[in-house]
Amino acid sequence: MQQKRISSLILLTIIIVAIGFFYYSGSENLTVYSGRSENLIGPVFDKFTEETGIEVDVRYGGTAELASTILEEGDNTPADVFFAQDAGGLGALTYKNRLQQIPDEIYEKVDSRLRSPDNFWIGTSGRARVISYNSDLISAEEIPNDIWEFTEPEWENKIGWAPTNGSFQTFITALRIHQGEEQTLRWLEGIKSNNPRNYENNTSIVNALGRGEIEVGFVNHYYLFRFLEERGSDFPVNNHYTEHDAGAMINIAGIGILNTTSYEQEALQLAGFLLTPEIQEYFVQENYEYPVTGEVSIEHSQILPLDQINAPDINLTDLEDLEGTLELLREAGVL
Amino acid sequence: MSENTFSLNLKTVNQIAQKTGHSIKNMWPSRIPLILIPPVLIITLSLAVPLIYLVIRLLQTDASIWNLLLRQQTLQALLNTLLLSGAVTISSIIIAVPLAWLTVRIDFPGRKLFSILTIVPLVIPSLIGGFTFISAFGRGGFIHQLLQWLNINFVPDIYGFGGAWILLTLLCYPYVLLTVRSALMNMDQSQIEAARTMGLNPIKTFFKVTLPKLKPAVTAGGLLIALYTISDFAAVSLLQYNTFTRLIYIEYQTSFNRIYAAVLALLLVMMSLIIVSLEMKNQNNNHYYSVGAGTKRHLMKITPGKWKWLGTGFCSLVVLFSLILPAGTIIYWIFRGLRQGEELIIRPEAAFNSFYVSFLAAILTVSSALPIALVSTHYKSKFSGFIQNIAYAGYALPGIVVALSLVFFGANYGRLFYQTLPLLLFAYVILFLPQALGTLRSSLLQLNPHIEDAGLIIGFSRMQILHKIILPLLKPGILSGAALVFLTSMKELPATMLLGPIGFRSLTTEIWNATIEAFYTRAAVPALILIIISSFSLAIIFKRKEDTEQKCQLQES
Repeated sequence: MQQKRISSLILLTIIIVAIGFFYYSGSENLTVYSGRSENLIGPVFDKFTEETGIEVDVRYGGTAELASTILEEGDNTPADVFFAQDAGGLGALTYKNRLQQIPDEIYEKVDSRLRSPDNFWIGTSGRARVISYNSDLISAEEIPNDIWEFTEPEWENKIGWAPTNGSFQTFITALRIHQGEEQTLRWLEGIKSNNPRNYENNTSIVNALGRGEIEVGFVNHYYLFRFLEERGSDFPVNNHYTEHDAGAMINIAGIGILNTTSYEQEALQLAGFLLTPEIQEYFVQENYEYPVTGEVSIEHSQILPLDQINAPDINLTDLEDLEGTLELLREAGVL
Repeated sequence: MSENTFSLNLKTVNQIAQKTGHSIKNMWPSRIPLILIPPVLIITLSLAVPLIYLVIRLLQTDASIWNLLLRQQTLQALLNTLLLSGAVTISSIIIAVPLAWLTVRIDFPGRKLFSILTIVPLVIPSLIGGFTFISAFGRGGFIHQLLQWLNINFVPDIYGFGGAWILLTLLCYPYVLLTVRSALMNMDQSQIEAARTMGLNPIKTFFKVTLPKLKPAVTAGGLLIALYTISDFAAVSLLQYNTFTRLIYIEYQTSFNRIYAAVLALLLVMMSLIIVSLEMKNQNNNHYYSVGAGTKRHLMKITPGKWKWLGTGFCSLVVLFSLILPAGTIIYWIFRGLRQGEELIIRPEAAFNSFYVSFLAAILTVSSALPIALVSTHYKSKFSGFIQNIAYAGYALPGIVVALSLVFFGANYGRLFYQTLPLLLFAYVILFLPQALGTLRSSLLQLNPHIEDAGLIIGFSRMQILHKIILPLLKPGILSGAALVFLTSMKELPATMLLGPIGFRSLTTEIWNATIEAFYTRAAVPALILIIISSFSLAIIFKRKEDTEQKCQLQES
């Protein structure tokens, strides 16, 4: 009796596993590894399939995790396209020779600040670094226009940052290029002496700002608008753009095409599709991001247009620079 | 008294055995049944996959690694990790052992409900646990607002060691609770009666008789907590406490340096091996089964009289902080979002996938753990100790490391299975086998080894003994192990994300997808479904358990 029950249970397991195996096996479509979340990007893939008839399979995950996955998979990667949340992941794949160059007719459409200098990836939308602040605790006039002022002692225990986050590190890389190693180290040490809180990512910082745990935070501009939608317009946080320094640099979300793909045409079609006015407009309207082509512009009372931001012109993905940034963050005792 | 006599006997047996050339410690391979060897070898090899991967990466390293390893921050993170792991383990045991004793032994009001509710926190992913903990206890959170309303000017400081310690305790204590509960259910009533007849009061009986017998179960659960704490990333990073696992994540996230990450992960493995061997040493020389004639009888419930509300109170307090607060925060998110016109997105597919995959994972993991548990408890040898160390070593590894090791082997050497359901299930078995191993081992240690001899005498074959005697007696351990694996598979993220079939949605991938972009309302729905499904599953599992228990008691009387 007992024996019978156990063997039937085992049999059942085998059957279920087998069904599952055939049900889910293999992908014969264009495959995207997406570091951007489904909530924002899923509708774009749907629209692409609708307009071109090309089916897309998407694996969603963290940008860093997916980049590491592609590196581990080597030439056997099922991924054809990598859609990254920041330039660091695309840089890592470029450095390891895993991406192929994107033809000029697509590449040239993208703002020169928001693409790889050697055609390996393109930005599909942009985000600016800003100072977000709690408007109940501090007024707009009190926010400095210069990131150096945050190293003053009056900012002690008021700052939030996310030193392990990709977008923060790109900002530090920009700072190094803009102001040199020594100055950057001094800035990091200056902030560190103000006892900032180390958050995990941008959303945690904005959330903490809303609760009044900190007064200012170094973040990407568009997270605020997500919170306003979710919490209502009385969510007490605002954005502030610094002037003429890396504090207001532009970062990207973008894509690269794997050099092992057998769906090159489809991948390029997707790249082109992401740059169409329709989709650029979607990034602007739905996600408050900057468009990367000249055809679309952003108009919003709380968002400074791209051409008014004085960001330094830097190569976002030079991996040697990334290592240098990490070295500096370690030297300053931040990581 | 009887224990002393028995250990004397055991010594004599050992001496005789040694004289005749059969040392009890060296029974393998002469006594291990042949049929167990292939599954044990296959499972051990599978468990070693992440370790093999790490060694491959280690071989690619160069001298620059020393700069990383010899930094003061690395040492500090190591100390932080050990401190947190020890503290969480101790506080979890302090909460869980009384809870287990209350819910198994004492007939207080609400016992049945609480015996389920106190286990549910195990299913709360530490990401959600962290978010809700911050919104409940942080500045501007519920507690802070309540204090302000009461005119108390106090802001709880949740960041750093204190917050991480409390949060992980609230999320982890069910590990010990589950293992101890199943041990208590297996315990022989006659031992307790013997103690009571000798004049010990119930409390003294608990400390002198019950507690020592629970040691393997407490150790097994405590070990899981210690190792889980080492491997956790979400809770410590949200609460800003720098542990070793956070250093590993920094390597992946910032420099995409898999080699440095692997070296750091190997250090974690060494750390966990030390912890495992310390804990094992603790229990290997004792025996925990009852001896003597007579049928084993299940524990009777104590009806506590006027103190009965004390049990209800303690359970309510634990459930309030570990379950009601997070679940309440999640429900609050849903209402807050709805008020702002956020959409609720419910994907039944994700709930079904989570349930179905976790269910399969529970069956597969428990069946894989059984041969290992048998070998490691009944055929003690260097080899079985080695298997057990391998099983636990991987448990302290952060999920992302295990997932990437399977990505490496799967994509390059097992393409047919790569990113299919079987590979995902294989990952769960590797990740969660130590959990099932712990509960099975502690149940097995409570079995009197002579029960097998008894089976042989009445003419059973070894397989019959396994089926008709050992497995039925192990039932509480098997169910607890299955419950543990089921719940932890429900909340697993990194492997599900990287190794699931493409387009595979689970509740955790839905939660992650939403929280990463601050879609709290959209994260709240799958989180709530996760908690509800798990509660019902637990209720069903424990219903069966109680039924079996009652059946046994009826048969006895």
